[in-house]
Amino acid sequence: MTEAARTDARPARTGAAPAVRLTAVSKDFGAVRAVDGAELALREGEFFSLLGPSGSGKTTLLRLIAGFERPTAGRIELAGRDVTALAPSRRDVHTVFQDYALFPHMTVEQNVAYALTVRGVRKPERLARAREALRTVRLDDYGPRRPAQLSGGQRQRVALARALIDDPGLLLLDEPLGALDLQLRQEMQRELTRIQRATGVTFLLVTHDQEEALTLSDRLAVLDRGRIAQIGPPLEIYDRPATAFVAGFVGTTNLLRDQAAVRVVGAPGTYSIRPERIRIAAPDSAPGPGERCVAGRITDIAHAGAHTRFVIRLDAGDDRLTVLRLNSAGLPDAARIGAAVHLLWNVNDAFAVPG
Amino acid sequence: MSCEPGARGRLAALLAPPLLWLVLAYLGSLAILLLSAFWTTDPFTSDVVRTWTTDNFRDILTTPVYRTVALRTLGIAVAVTLLDAVLALPMAFFMARVARGRLRRVLLVAVLTPLWAGYLVKAYAWRVMLGEHGIVNAALAPLGLRGPGYGATAVVIVLAYLWLPYMILPVYAALERLPAHQLEASADLGAGTVRTLRSVVAPAVRPAILAGSVFTFSLSLGDYLTVQIVGGRTQLLGNVIASQVTLDLPLAAALSAVPVALIVCYLAAVRRAGALDSL
Repeated sequence: MTEAARTDARPARTGAAPAVRLTAVSKDFGAVRAVDGAELALREGEFFSLLGPSGSGKTTLLRLIAGFERPTAGRIELAGRDVTALAPSRRDVHTVFQDYALFPHMTVEQNVAYALTVRGVRKPERLARAREALRTVRLDDYGPRRPAQLSGGQRQRVALARALIDDPGLLLLDEPLGALDLQLRQEMQRELTRIQRATGVTFLLVTHDQEEALTLSDRLAVLDRGRIAQIGPPLEIYDRPATAFVAGFVGTTNLLRDQAAVRVVGAPGTYSIRPERIRIAAPDSAPGPGERCVAGRITDIAHAGAHTRFVIRLDAGDDRLTVLRLNSAGLPDAARIGAAVHLLWNVNDAFAVPG
Repeated sequence: MSCEPGARGRLAALLAPPLLWLVLAYLGSLAILLLSAFWTTDPFTSDVVRTWTTDNFRDILTTPVYRTVALRTLGIAVAVTLLDAVLALPMAFFMARVARGRLRRVLLVAVLTPLWAGYLVKAYAWRVMLGEHGIVNAALAPLGLRGPGYGATAVVIVLAYLWLPYMILPVYAALERLPAHQLEASADLGAGTVRTLRSVVAPAVRPAILAGSVFTFSLSLGDYLTVQIVGGRTQLLGNVIASQVTLDLPLAAALSAVPVALIVCYLAAVRRAGALDSL
């Protein structure tokens, strides 16, 4: 991309046009519809996640925005400009690949400066900006090394620096933390947040890790078999899932359908109750105002560090409910397998989900 | 690996026969060849006389015809290598990055199959094709052109044909190993096709071309049959050596040190470029 074209694109970035707008975007691979009628608008400077299981079409959606795939139908706009038919090199977008895709024969510095080299930026400026980008990802002294001499986390940072060097309008991250171990992943999550705030670049993260999506994002979209099932801020998605799939995929939940719903919630339909919203009480306790109360017996107790997970088999029917309890709250006196208990929850915490 | 005596003994027994073969039969014969290059012959009987002399090497360096032949051989080996590289690049690229599934397997087999056909058969096939009434002249006639006939050009064409698989295979392997994400990353960062070929594909393929060129270059330097079949009156080092073997064995030995020296120089240069790792 030339400097002129980029300067033209720049004013739109502070304007009203969304960083990304997808209109009825679909993508078929042969007979398989990988993305089905996606509608999406990303705000300027937002940290947005596409969350879904493998095969849900999230990576295809990202590749459509990057330009590696052409949509079968629909329209893709970046900062108000229609880029549907543009090659990846003509889009003001950079990608961080899951395997980093660093160029092995170049030094870290040459990798980071690649976008500038391609545009013909002169060497002194190129080097200065590469150093600045490496400072942003805290790899100041690694410029002369080769990618093969770096650890996984360091390569990840180089890939970030390379993609951020010319301040793109949008950064796409394709499962960028998938190859890292847990501790490094948590560290890199904090780094991503810090870098996103420092640069102000719009981030679009693709992940199958719901915790990652909930922790990092300003908003997220949950994908289910090629369709966007719900878009919203993390808390809203968690507390008010739009479908049973979202309720089950984002966090764990107790899903009650049909007869089970009638028995447990007291009404027909499909209901979701989050395990941490349910209170375990002694078998003689009565519900307070606006509370629902059912009786059952503990069938399983699993201690998981900060919290304990109980499974309770209800007396009416064969329904089982999972209950999470913070260990700092102390265990209820009757908490042993086989003990009879009452389960209490606010009626508002059992909410209907479609399908 | 364990280093207890029993295991060591077994390892020695396992490695001894191939090592003996390598040292005695292979390196030993090379050493004797080099040694005999410093002997001389009785001018009347052509018998080898084991007196130490460097006359053979002086003759080679001072006799113009030997210099001409050595340079011509070197030129043909370089031409064959360049031609093979130019032919192999697009073919390997198509096989590795465009063709899929069945087509790719068919092409791989098509590249490999000529290696199983006899060398002489292929060379004589080319002799027939390049002949006065051969298919090459027949095909070029409507355009008002003629084929190269027998000569140095024909030698380059036939040698390039014979060694082409040795160039295609390493280049194909390198291109196939090149991750698609690297090409996408290059485009993603603003590079066009030419830029990506230059900055991402070429560096990945360069060691493979050097590795392939070790084969095409050294095989061409040592060849003397193809030139007899399609070379017309062209003489290469191999022919000169072959004709001197019965007349003046020490001179033939000294002459054959020339391609060996060239190949050693070439391997050293290629090694510096780090291409031997991809053989």
